[in-house]
Amino acid sequence: MIETKKNAVVLPNPATPCIPITFNEEICIGCNTCVDVCRADVLLPNPVHGKPPLVVYPDECWFCGCCVDDCPVEGASEFHHPLNQEIAWKDKKTGELFRVGIKNPPPPCTKKLY
Amino acid sequence: MDILDFIRNEGIPKWPYPIEYGEETEDSSDVVIIGGGLAGCCAAIHAARRGASVTVIEKGSTKRSGSAGPGIDHWEFAVTNPCSSTTPDEMVEIMGKGDIFEAEHLLYVALNESFDTLLEFEEMGLKIRDTDDDFKDAPFRDEKSKLLFAYDYDGKLCLRIFGAGLKPALYKEMKRLGVKIYDRVMGTSLLTEKGEQGRRVIGATGYNVRTGRFYIFNAKATVIATAKPVRLWEFGSEKVGSASCFQDVNCTGEGHAMAWKAGAKFVLMERNIPYMGSMSYPPFSTGNSRTTWFPCNMVDAHGKPLPWGGRYGQPLEGGVHARTHCGEGQKFLYQRVQDPAYALYGYMPDLPERIRNGEFRLPFYADLPSMPDEERDVIFGMMVGNESKTRTPVFRKLTQAGFNPDKDMLQANIDSPEGSGINTPIAPPSNSPNIRDASFLCGGPMIGWEMKTNLEGLFIAGNQTGTGCAAIAATTGRYCGRSVAKYVKDKDFINPYRPQIDEEKERIYAPLKNDGGKGWKEVQIGLCRVMQDYCGQYKSEEILKTGLWWLNSIRENEIKNLSVNNPHELARVLECDTRVTVGEIIMHNSLARKTSCPQLDFKRLDNSEVKAAEEESFITVQQADGKIMSEEVPLGYWLMGDFEPTLAENYKKYSCFEDSNNGLGGNSK
Repeated sequence: MIETKKNAVVLPNPATPCIPITFNEEICIGCNTCVDVCRADVLLPNPVHGKPPLVVYPDECWFCGCCVDDCPVEGASEFHHPLNQEIAWKDKKTGELFRVGIKNPPPPCTKKLY
Repeated sequence: MDILDFIRNEGIPKWPYPIEYGEETEDSSDVVIIGGGLAGCCAAIHAARRGASVTVIEKGSTKRSGSAGPGIDHWEFAVTNPCSSTTPDEMVEIMGKGDIFEAEHLLYVALNESFDTLLEFEEMGLKIRDTDDDFKDAPFRDEKSKLLFAYDYDGKLCLRIFGAGLKPALYKEMKRLGVKIYDRVMGTSLLTEKGEQGRRVIGATGYNVRTGRFYIFNAKATVIATAKPVRLWEFGSEKVGSASCFQDVNCTGEGHAMAWKAGAKFVLMERNIPYMGSMSYPPFSTGNSRTTWFPCNMVDAHGKPLPWGGRYGQPLEGGVHARTHCGEGQKFLYQRVQDPAYALYGYMPDLPERIRNGEFRLPFYADLPSMPDEERDVIFGMMVGNESKTRTPVFRKLTQAGFNPDKDMLQANIDSPEGSGINTPIAPPSNSPNIRDASFLCGGPMIGWEMKTNLEGLFIAGNQTGTGCAAIAATTGRYCGRSVAKYVKDKDFINPYRPQIDEEKERIYAPLKNDGGKGWKEVQIGLCRVMQDYCGQYKSEEILKTGLWWLNSIRENEIKNLSVNNPHELARVLECDTRVTVGEIIMHNSLARKTSCPQLDFKRLDNSEVKAAEEESFITVQQADGKIMSEEVPLGYWLMGDFEPTLAENYKKYSCFEDSNNGLGGNSK
């Protein structure tokens, strides 16, 4: 018998196209600013006070990113495009291809955001 | 936290907001504005500055809602800026020659007020100039005013702005002015005098998408600022979320539907164009050379630069400098002018052929490293960073994952040879021509110079009738705000007619009585199929009438039995009903246009006759006495009948500057 991390239970399939926002539970303060700015109510407040919101309607997301734009705690939330919306880039000198979500990514670029 | 993880560990959560189905809130203001996007906020601010009491209702969150919610990177029609090479009068004449259906009166408002509107945003705290000198001595910067220009560094008509903070700034100004803001409330219907269709509009009803509460907004005048309906032909929720397009996901067409039911006269609803739909990548998230990314160098798979062309198809040498400057004898370049004498540069017209014969190999890449430093920084850092849906989703996401524009080239999505290296959601589609969208130039309620519809008390602001963009939304919003503030000065409140309210409540809450039934998404996608098949590229009397049968059939059967678990789902069910109504307006307007019309991409299989441009006309549709009424309205109706014979005279007469304390368009603080 192979051990699993999750017990077998009856649940619907994971929602598509993706989970557009994930939270770092360690530092998210559960302020629900993201819930307040989301135009589509993708997020609902967590019933447990101070915990990260629940991503309930990811399929209704417009992927505007305002939830993360307005997050008051750096790193508490992260935005994700669905896999079918990702494009690759190429290092001009080496020709090596990269994309969001790969193992051993290059270091973050510190280019100025105006 | 993913909802399934929560359910696995904690069980199914209770609805987090109070359930208030059917409970009522009453509100009364001189003006009620439906839609809190750019147009609605600007209308609210200007009506309030003129002394009107104002209520704004918004389905999402006013602070960040609307297409401009996440930001805006360039500002069009700013022809009155101090560096401009042209005037509103010259520009409107040039643009009017390109598109015979363009709403010139709205365009004229935008051309006259676009730059003033920016100055006003600056007063509210938005950064519209390079005050930090980040782009000092850049060829696109005017050193005196510190304004930054896009596209044409000679003509200087379109501004690059730091617009990510625009909506929060407008929100703050509305609060300061005492505007009442009802967030999470979607407008559902218009209230009319004695509840009769065609009578004066005296307010609106609303529904809270979190609690299910019902709202009655009584007003002397009502402004619809809900933009154009989107995603009628495709609803790609499982592929890319509810939308991949430019337009706000909340733009389902409530404003159009409620105006139609109240008896408003519509025009240009038959206008739609092929659309990328969910085949699109997120706007500006892939390498390309258009709009936000203009004038980026592009290379093919082997690093070979893509060839740019001059205005008459000749090769354009001289790189970035040539792309951003006028040719010999040219006064200015503008992306919305079709006349080649003014059109922006693009790739050589024979590029698709050269892709096919193997000279240029896909995929293409945006060669940011080869761009001059200031051009690279302004494209990827200012433009990508302030334009809608790019700040976190594109700039932060890519740079955090290691994308470095100094050394990396972002790939362009693979498309047909005609669409390659362009990537905007309105690029030539590689999928079905039956997947369409209302586009920037869609139709809506017909309005004249006061921005008033045929219905007394009903006004329109924003991207609704015959033209559009952020600057159009903002300028027509502020103009409408002035107009409506003047209108309400000598008007009284009329009490809502209770049976009309009860009938609307009956409609809204009927699905709560259902037990089981289909989910709203199946119906949404089913409706899209009806639009694709029966209102697609080719139309005829029989096809359109079958389409109308389908729409009504879905309303009477599936929509009446949709499953509802909470107030949020009920809102989505109501949106399905809204979309049926919008689809009906489009099909009725299509039926009323009897001949094919290339300017509208309108093809009738049963009548291929095409009128000469000067013989074309607008075709209106409206509901009255249980029938669909239609009439022909001449092009340029805004200079006929009761209106003055020139744009300038009408603008002077109707722009309501007489109440202003200064010369600036409505800056009467």
